Amino acid sequence: MKDFIIPDRDFGTPAAKSKRMVTLTIDGFDVTVPEGTSIMRAAAEAGIQVPKLCATDSVDAFGSCRLCLVEIEGRNGTPASCTTPVAPGLKVQTQNARLKQLRRGVMELYISDHPLDCLTCSANGDCELQDMAGAVGLRDVRYDAVDTHFKVKNTSGEANPLYIPRDDSNPYFSYDPQKCIVCSRCVRACEEVQGTFALTIEGRGFDSRVSFGAKTDDALASDCVSCGACVAACPTATLQEKSIVEIGTPSHSVITTCAYCGVGCSFKAEMRGDELVRMTPYKHGKANRGHSCVKGRFAYGYASHKDRILKPMIREAISDPWQEVSWAEAMEFAAAKMKGIQTKYGRNSVGVITSSRCTNEETYLVQKLTRAVFMNNNTDTCARVCHSPTGYGLGQTFGTSAGTQDFDSVEEADVIMVIGANPSAAHPVFASRMKKRLRKGAQLIVVDPRRTETVEGPHYKAAHHLALTPGTNVAVVSAIAHVIVTEGLFDEAFIRERCDWDEFQDYAEFIAAPNHSPEAVEILTGVPAEEVRKAARLYATGGNAAIYYGLGVTEHSQGSTTVIGIANLAMLTGNVGRRGVGVNPLRGQNNVQGSCDMGSFPHELPGYRHVKNPDVRAIYENLWGVTIEACTARVRTSCNPIPTRTTSRRGWRRWNV
Amino acid sequence: MKIYVPLDSAAVALGADAVAEAIVTEAARRGVTIELVRNGSHGMVWLEPLVEIATDAGRIGIGPMTVADVPALFGGIARHPKALGLVENLPWMKGQTRLTFARVGVIDPLSLADYRAHGGMVGLDRAKAMSKAEIVAEVTESGLRGRGGAGFPTGIKWKTVSEAPGERKYIVCNADEGDSATFADRMLMEGDPFTLIEGMAIAGLATGAAKGFVYIRSEYPVAIRIMEAAVRLAREAAILGAQFDIEIRVGAGAYVCGEETSLLNSLEGKRGVVRAKPPLPALEGFMGKPTVVNNVISLASVPVILAKGAAHYKDFGLGRSRGTIPLQIAGNVRFGGLYETAFGLTLGQIVDDIAGGTATGRPVKAVQVGGPLGAYHPRSDFATPFGYEEFAGQGGLIGHAGLTIFDDSADMLAQARFAMEFCAIESCGKCTPCRIGAVRGVETIDRIAKGDAAAIPLLTDLCSTMKSGSLCALGGFTPYPVLSALTHFPDDFTPAKEAAE
Repeated sequence: MKDFIIPDRDFGTPAAKSKRMVTLTIDGFDVTVPEGTSIMRAAAEAGIQVPKLCATDSVDAFGSCRLCLVEIEGRNGTPASCTTPVAPGLKVQTQNARLKQLRRGVMELYISDHPLDCLTCSANGDCELQDMAGAVGLRDVRYDAVDTHFKVKNTSGEANPLYIPRDDSNPYFSYDPQKCIVCSRCVRACEEVQGTFALTIEGRGFDSRVSFGAKTDDALASDCVSCGACVAACPTATLQEKSIVEIGTPSHSVITTCAYCGVGCSFKAEMRGDELVRMTPYKHGKANRGHSCVKGRFAYGYASHKDRILKPMIREAISDPWQEVSWAEAMEFAAAKMKGIQTKYGRNSVGVITSSRCTNEETYLVQKLTRAVFMNNNTDTCARVCHSPTGYGLGQTFGTSAGTQDFDSVEEADVIMVIGANPSAAHPVFASRMKKRLRKGAQLIVVDPRRTETVEGPHYKAAHHLALTPGTNVAVVSAIAHVIVTEGLFDEAFIRERCDWDEFQDYAEFIAAPNHSPEAVEILTGVPAEEVRKAARLYATGGNAAIYYGLGVTEHSQGSTTVIGIANLAMLTGNVGRRGVGVNPLRGQNNVQGSCDMGSFPHELPGYRHVKNPDVRAIYENLWGVTIEACTARVRTSCNPIPTRTTSRRGWRRWNV
Repeated sequence: MKIYVPLDSAAVALGADAVAEAIVTEAARRGVTIELVRNGSHGMVWLEPLVEIATDAGRIGIGPMTVADVPALFGGIARHPKALGLVENLPWMKGQTRLTFARVGVIDPLSLADYRAHGGMVGLDRAKAMSKAEIVAEVTESGLRGRGGAGFPTGIKWKTVSEAPGERKYIVCNADEGDSATFADRMLMEGDPFTLIEGMAIAGLATGAAKGFVYIRSEYPVAIRIMEAAVRLAREAAILGAQFDIEIRVGAGAYVCGEETSLLNSLEGKRGVVRAKPPLPALEGFMGKPTVVNNVISLASVPVILAKGAAHYKDFGLGRSRGTIPLQIAGNVRFGGLYETAFGLTLGQIVDDIAGGTATGRPVKAVQVGGPLGAYHPRSDFATPFGYEEFAGQGGLIGHAGLTIFDDSADMLAQARFAMEFCAIESCGKCTPCRIGAVRGVETIDRIAKGDAAAIPLLTDLCSTMKSGSLCALGGFTPYPVLSALTHFPDDFTPAKEAAE
C-alpha cells in the first residue's frame, strides 16, 4: 500500500549541481555521482538505503538524527552520511555490526520518548519513525522513561510539564508535539522551501519542541501561510493533514495539475476509492518541484463540492429550469441548436471561448471544432484578457509569443526584476523558489506602485523598489533602456550576433533622446531618477538578469508596448537565450501558454501560424479535410489584434533564434 | 609607594576590591602617596587577595589580605604578619615555565607601555616583516595545538584558512570558557589582554583576515570590561584598525556555545546549536567565510612563539605535546590555581607535589582532568604524563587542562549522574543521542543507585551510543566521566547500602 502513497524515492539530500564527477565505493559497489553529493544520496542512487530520519531531499542536510552513520576506511569515527560529501576513492560501509548497534541505540532513545499508539495513529503505515524502527531491528526499549513528552501525567500523578496538548488551530493540519522527534524537517522546510520562517525550535536539550513562533503562539496566530511544506516534510504524525486524521490513509493516487494560479503545480491527488483524501505536491512537478501553496494543497473542496455539475444538463430557454439528460441527448441537442443558429443567422453567428485551465488537448479540439465544424475562426481564450499583450509583444520581438524560461531557471538568476506583479500572493510557489534564490544572494529589483511583500520579507529585500505612478510602465522601462544605452551598458556582441544591428541603432537613437532619461520622466513616474539609474546598472551588469512580469504590465492600455520594452531590455543586455535570464510572463492560469500554443486565438492556427496565410491554412485543410475561413469575424476581434498603439520603430524586432 | 592589588575575578571574589579601597583610604589618612595598580593574578588562589609592594629588591607579596591587614602595610613591609617575601621566589612561581602567562600578574593589564616594557608587541612586529606563509610555518613548526581541548595543530588550521579562497576571512577567539574548574582564559584576558589582541592580530596577518571577534561568556564581566578597554586602547595606538580590528561579543549563557560551530551560530545571531562538520569552519565559518576559531590560550601563545621563535617554544614538552600548558588546579585541593608548565609532568606530580593533595587532608580518590567532560582518573593513573596522546591512552583527555581533585569521600555514582545531568541541562537539543540520551542517562543511573544491576549494561550501551553517535563533543565526551567512574570505582555503583546491611 505504501508504494502507492510514496512512490517517490527520497534521496535524503538535494542533488548536487556540479559537472565534476566523483567515483567512490559504497558497500563494495562503485558509485559515480557529481561532486558535492552526500554519501547518503550517492548510496541511494546506487539503490542502498541508509536509515535516516532528519534527512529529506527537499532540504539541506542537517545531521541531527544520527541514524545514517557510516564507516569510512581510513577515517575516524562514524560520520553521518547525510552531511559527509563524497570524495574520490572513498570506501564506505553502510552496514556492519557496529553501525547496527549504534542505530538500534539511537532508535531505542527515540522510541523511549514516543507514545506507542501506532495502531490508532493517523500516520500508521505512512510513518518514517515506524519504518526506521523496523529497518534497524529494534525489538526492545529497555529504558524506564521518567521524563517524556507524551505522558499527560507523570509517575506521581501530577501534570507533566513537558506535555503540550495538540494544536488544532490551523483548519488544515494539526500539530501534536507529543509525537515530535525534533528532526527540524518542518522548521527547515518552512525556512528553506517556503521562506516564511514561521517555525522554530523552542527550548533546548530535552525541552526542544517545534514551535510556531513564541511558545504561547498557536499555528493559526503565527506567520504560517499553510503552504503545507512542513506537513509534507514531517516524518511522523506530528504535523498531519486533518483529512488524513478524519478519513484514513489513501489507497492510490493520481497525478494532476493544480487548477488555481498560473504556476501550474503538479499534485498527487491521493484517493481512497473515489474520495479525495489529500492533495500532495508532486516531487517531479517541473513548476513546483514538490512545493505547494495553501490553495492547491488544502483548498480542494471544489473537487467534491455540491455545486459541481456532474451530469449534462440542457434547457430550451434561459427562463427554463435545467434538465438532466444523457450525454447522447445533450450532444444532439447542442449540435442541433448550434447548427440551427448558423442556418438562421449565418456561419459567423456562433463562437467559442476556452479557459486557460483546459489542457492542450482540450483547447486544440475546441479550436478545431470551431474551424473545421463551425467553419469560422470564432474561437478565443481567457488569455485574451490577461496576456494577449504578451502574445503580441513577445511575438513581435522574439518571433514567438512564449516566455523564454521554465521556473527552474530562477535558481540560476543573479538579478531578478519583478515588474507589475506580486508573486508572493499571486504565484506563491514561484515566489518561494525566487526567494530561495534571493536568500542565496541574488539581487532584486521591484517595479510596482505597491510596497508588497515581494519588496521585502524574511531574509531578502529589494535592492531597488521603483514605486512608479500607475500607468507609467512604458516611461520607466524606457528610462531603464535609456540608461543602458547612454551609459554603454548594452551587450554589443550579443546584439550583433543575435539581433538586428541596424534596427538597434535606429532604436538606440530613439531611446537615447533626452526626453526618455530618468530625470526627464521623473515628474511622470514619481520614481527618483537615481534609483532608475542604479536599477538599470544592476540589471545590465549584475550577472544573469531575469525579468518576471505580471498583469501590472499587461492589463494596461500600453501593455503591449511595455512587453516590447521589456523584451528590448533583455536583448539589449544579452539576457536571453540561456538559463537564469529571460523574459518571464507570470500568467493568470496554469495553461495560458498551452491554450495560445494550440491556436485558441481567432487569428492563429496551432503554433501561432496566422490564419491569413494560405500555406498555413493548407496544412490544416489537408489534415482536417475542410476549407478554413481566411479571416476572423468582425464581431469578435480584429484581424490584426494589436490591442494598443505601437510603432515598428519602438519594436526593433526579431531576435534570431 | 607602588602597590599592586589584583583585579582578577578570583581575587575580587575573595575581597580584593575591599582591600584596594581600604589601602586608598589608609594611605590618605596617613598622607602617604601611593600608586595603586590593579593587576592580574599570579594564579595562587589560596593567597588571594595577594597584595604586592614594589621594592628595590623586587615585589614583596602579602596575602591572603583582609581589610584588617591593611594598616600594617604602612608599618614596614617585611614585618607584616602575612608577608611572603619576593613573589617570584615563591615555590609555586619558581617551578613554572611562564611563556603564555609571563606577564599575567606582573603588569598593569591596561598599560600598553607596561606591556611593551615586558616584551609585548615583539611577536607582532616580527610577523609584520614576514609573509603569510612564513607566519603559518612558524606557528606550525612550534607544535602549538588547540588549547581549547581538541588539540588540533594551530598552524594547520591557519594554513587552511590562509589558503582558502575568499575575500573575507575572520579570526574568532573562543573565550566561552564554560568548563567547571577552568579559568586560564579568564585570567589571561583579565591580566594581560594585549597578548590576546597581539595573537589575534598575528593570526589576521597569517590568514588575511581583517576582522576578529572575541566571544566571551557573559559570566565574565571583568574580562569583558578589560578586553573592551584593551581593544579601545589598541585602536588608539593604531595596533588595531583598518587592517585588522577586533569586536568583543558577549555570549548568552549557553555552555554549548563554547563548541566552535554553536559559537559561530550564536555569533551570527542564530540559535546556538551545533553545525554538522563538514564544512569545516576553516572553510565555511562565520557567515560562511573561512574562519579561524581558536581558544584564548592558543592565540595568546602565538606572540611568544613569534617573539622567541618556534624552536624556543617547541623545545618544551613531550611527544606531540609541545610547549607549555597552563594547568588549572581546583576542587578539593590544598593549593589551587594556575600553573604554567611544559607538558610532561605526571598527574601524580601535579596532584601531590604541586597541588599538595586535598584541602581536607584525606587521600585523593580521583582527579577529573579536562573539565566536566573529562575522565575521572584514580591514583593508578598518576604515572601518566600530561600530554594529549598520553591521556587519550588512559581513556581520558586533557581538554582545557583543568583538574578537579576529589578526596575519598566522593561518591562516584553521584559524579557520573552529575555528568549526565550536566549534559542534559547544557545539550543544544539538536542530535538525538545527546538530547534524549543524557536524560535517559540520569534516569538509568538512578536505577543503578536503587540497586538495579541490570541497568549497568544499559548505561554502557547508552554511553557507546552517545560517544559514537553524538554530533559534537558535549554528547560525545559525556561518557568519559560516566564510564571512567563506572570502570575505576565499580563499588560506588553496587547497591552498597544493601551490602552494608
